[in-house]
Amino acid sequence: MRKHIWISLALVAAFVTLAFFVVRGDGFKGRFPYNFGLDLVGGTELIYRADTSNVDNIPDAMESLKEVIERRVNVFGVSEPLVQTETAGLISGLKDERLLVELPGVTDIERAIELIGKTPVLEFRLAKDNAEETVKANPEAKVNELFKDTGLTGRYLSRARVEFDPNTGVALVGLVFDKEGSELFAKITRENKGKILAIVLDGTIISAPVIIDEIKDGSAQITGQFTPEEAKELVRNLNYGALPVPIELASSQTVGATLGEQALKDGIKAGIIGFALLALFMVLWYRLPGVIATLALISYAILSLAIFKLIPVTLTAAGLAGFILSIGMAVDANVLIFERTKEELKKGKSIYDALHEGFKRAWLSIRDSNISSIITAFILFWLGTSAVKGFALTLGIGVLVSMFTAITVSRTFLLAITIGESTPLKKFLFSNGMDMFKKKTE
Amino acid sequence: MKIVQHRKIFFTLSAILFALSLFSIFTYGFNLGIDFKGGTITEVSFAGERPTKETVEEEMLPLELGGFSVRPSGESNYIIRTRELSLEEGQKLVGVLGSPKVERQNTVGPIAGVELRDKASKAIALTILMIVLFITFAFRKVSQSVFTAKSGTPPKAVASWKYGLATIVALLHDILIPVGVFVFLGRFYGLEIDLLFVSGLLAILGYSVHDTIVVFDRVRENLRLNDEAKKDEEFEITVGKSVAQTFVRSINTSLTLLITLIALYFVGSGATKDFALLLTIGVIVGTYSSIFVASPLLVSFYKLATKVK
Repeated sequence: MRKHIWISLALVAAFVTLAFFVVRGDGFKGRFPYNFGLDLVGGTELIYRADTSNVDNIPDAMESLKEVIERRVNVFGVSEPLVQTETAGLISGLKDERLLVELPGVTDIERAIELIGKTPVLEFRLAKDNAEETVKANPEAKVNELFKDTGLTGRYLSRARVEFDPNTGVALVGLVFDKEGSELFAKITRENKGKILAIVLDGTIISAPVIIDEIKDGSAQITGQFTPEEAKELVRNLNYGALPVPIELASSQTVGATLGEQALKDGIKAGIIGFALLALFMVLWYRLPGVIATLALISYAILSLAIFKLIPVTLTAAGLAGFILSIGMAVDANVLIFERTKEELKKGKSIYDALHEGFKRAWLSIRDSNISSIITAFILFWLGTSAVKGFALTLGIGVLVSMFTAITVSRTFLLAITIGESTPLKKFLFSNGMDMFKKKTE
Repeated sequence: MKIVQHRKIFFTLSAILFALSLFSIFTYGFNLGIDFKGGTITEVSFAGERPTKETVEEEMLPLELGGFSVRPSGESNYIIRTRELSLEEGQKLVGVLGSPKVERQNTVGPIAGVELRDKASKAIALTILMIVLFITFAFRKVSQSVFTAKSGTPPKAVASWKYGLATIVALLHDILIPVGVFVFLGRFYGLEIDLLFVSGLLAILGYSVHDTIVVFDRVRENLRLNDEAKKDEEFEITVGKSVAQTFVRSINTSLTLLITLIALYFVGSGATKDFALLLTIGVIVGTYSSIFVASPLLVSFYKLATKVK
C-alpha cells in the first residue's frame, strides 16, 4: 500500500512538472504559444455571409473563396491572419455559409474591408522593353515597373483546366478564352513573339511564360514546374478569378490594442487575486486538507493552461472569465471530499479509512453534478461565436481537469500524508474549523 | 435546521421573487445588445479632457442616426450605441466627435442579430431538456429502491421523474430571477442582454443543477441506507437530514465561487464585469434554490402523491 502511494505521488509530481514546463515555455512566443483572442490583443474580425444560392458545389466554392480572401489578406501584411469558412444554422435548417476573417493587430477597419471586398484582378501583362535592365538595377522592382497592361484580363477567360503534357507527364494549366479574348490574345501573341507575357493575379505574378508563337484558337497553356496540386490550385484561382460567390459583410468588430492589453492584464490580475483569496479560505477552513486542496488547485491551473496551449484554445476575455470561474468550481470536488471525510471521521474511523470512504462516496456526487456542467459547455460551444466558444471551451476543459485533479492529485497527496498513526494532532489537522452546524444537524 | 418543515416560508419568498422578476420582464422588456438586434457599438477614448456626455450627444444629433446612447467608460472613454452604421457613417461619427481614438467598433447586421437570438433561445431550451433527461436517467433507480415497511404505510420515496421536475422548477427559478434583476438593471443602468449574458445564464443553469444534484444524491444515498438497514423513516426527515448533511458543502462551494467572481467583478476586465455580476446573482440564487426550494419540493411532491392515494 505504502509503496503504491509513493509511486502515484511521484507520477503525479512528474506529470504536473511536465505540464509546468509546457506552460512556462518561452512565455508567449514558445513552441506552444497562448492563443489570445482579438479582444485581448486588438485587431479586426469580419464576418461575411456568402450568397451560395447560385452555386452547385458549395464546399468547393467556399474553399476557393477562402483562398481568394486569404491571398488578399496576405497582401495586407498581417501576422497570423485567420480566414475560415463555417456553416451556420445546421439545426435551424436554414444553412448559412459564412466567412470569418480575423486580422490581429489591424485596427484600420476601413482599409481591411476595402481590401477584402474588392474584386480580384487576373491580368495578362507584357514585359516592358527595359524590364531586364530594371531588374538588374533593382531586383525588387514592382510588377508595375516591369510589365505593362495588355487589356487582356480574367474577364475574357472562358475556363481553365489542368492538363498533362503527353510526352513528359508534367502538369500544365490550360486556358480557353472567349471569342473577344481569343482575338485579343491572338493579336498580343502575334505582335510580341519572344517576349514575356506574365499572368498576374491580384498584383502578384503567378507565372511568366515566354510567347513562342501566335495563338489563334484562343487557347493557351501555362507551363511551369507545377506539381499536379499546384496546377489544380492555379486552375481554381483562374476559374474563380473573381470571388466565386458574392459576399456581404454581416458583422465587424475592431478592438484597439490598448483596450485589449488592459483586458488581458485585468483578467490575469483577477485570476491571481481570486486564486489567492480562495487558497486563504481553503487553508483557514480546512487546515491541512486545505493546503492540499491549494496544491491540487495549483496543479489544476497548470494542467489547464498546458491544455489551453496544446490544443490550442483561443483565450478571449470571456474565456479568461470561464477559466477563473472554473477555478472556483474546481474547489468543489475537494470540498465534497473533505466534508465527506469529516463525517466519516466523526463516525470514529481512522483517518486513512475515512479518506478512502470519503473519496468513494463523494465521487458519485462529483461525477453526476459535473455532467450537467459538461452538457452546458457542449451546448455553449455549439451556440458559439468566437467569444462564447472560448468561454465554453475553458469551462468544459476546466470541469474535466478539475475532476481529474481531484481524483489524482488531492487523493494521492492526502493518502500519502495519512499513512501511519492517527495521532490527535493529525485528527486536528484533518477536522475543519467551526463545527457550528454539528449540533443542529444531529 | 428545519428547512424542510418551514418550506412554505421559502416557497412564498421564492414565489414573490419569481413574480417580481416576471413583472420586471413584462414591464421593462429586454434591453437587447447589438448581438441580438443588430447595430453598432463604438468605444472612443479622448486623449485630453473628455467632453461632457451632453456635448457628445449634441455633436451626434446632426448625423440623424435615430436613437442612440452614450455611456462613459473608465476615465477617458465613451461607449456609443447606435443603429447599424455603414463604414462612411462610422467614420463620420468619429469625425464629428473630433476624431478621438477608436478603441473598438463592432457592427452586427440585423439579420445576424435575429438569427443569434433564435439560436440562443434554442440553446437554453436544449440545455434544460438535456439536463432533465440526464437527471431522470441518473435518478432512475431511486424510485425502485423503496422500502415499504409495514403494510398500509405509503412508499418512502418519490418517482424518479419528480426529481427531474423539482430540478426544473429550481432551474427556472435560478434563471428567471437573475434575468429579472438584469432587466431591472437594464432599464435603470443600461445593462444589456447580449451573447455573453446568455452564456452566463447557461453557466448558471449548469451550476444550479450541479448544486441540486449534490443534495439529491445525498437523498438517494440516505434512502438506500435506510433501505439496507430496514429503517422506517419519514421521507420528510430523510430529505431534511440530507439537506443538513450537504449544507456546509453547499455554502462553501458557493463561497469559493463567489470569491473568484468578486475578484472578476472588481479586478477583471470591463468586458466581463456584467457577466461576473450575473453569475454572482446566479450562484447565490442557485445555492439558495437547491437547499430551500428543490429539496423541500421533493417532500411536497411526496405528500401530494400520498394524499391522492
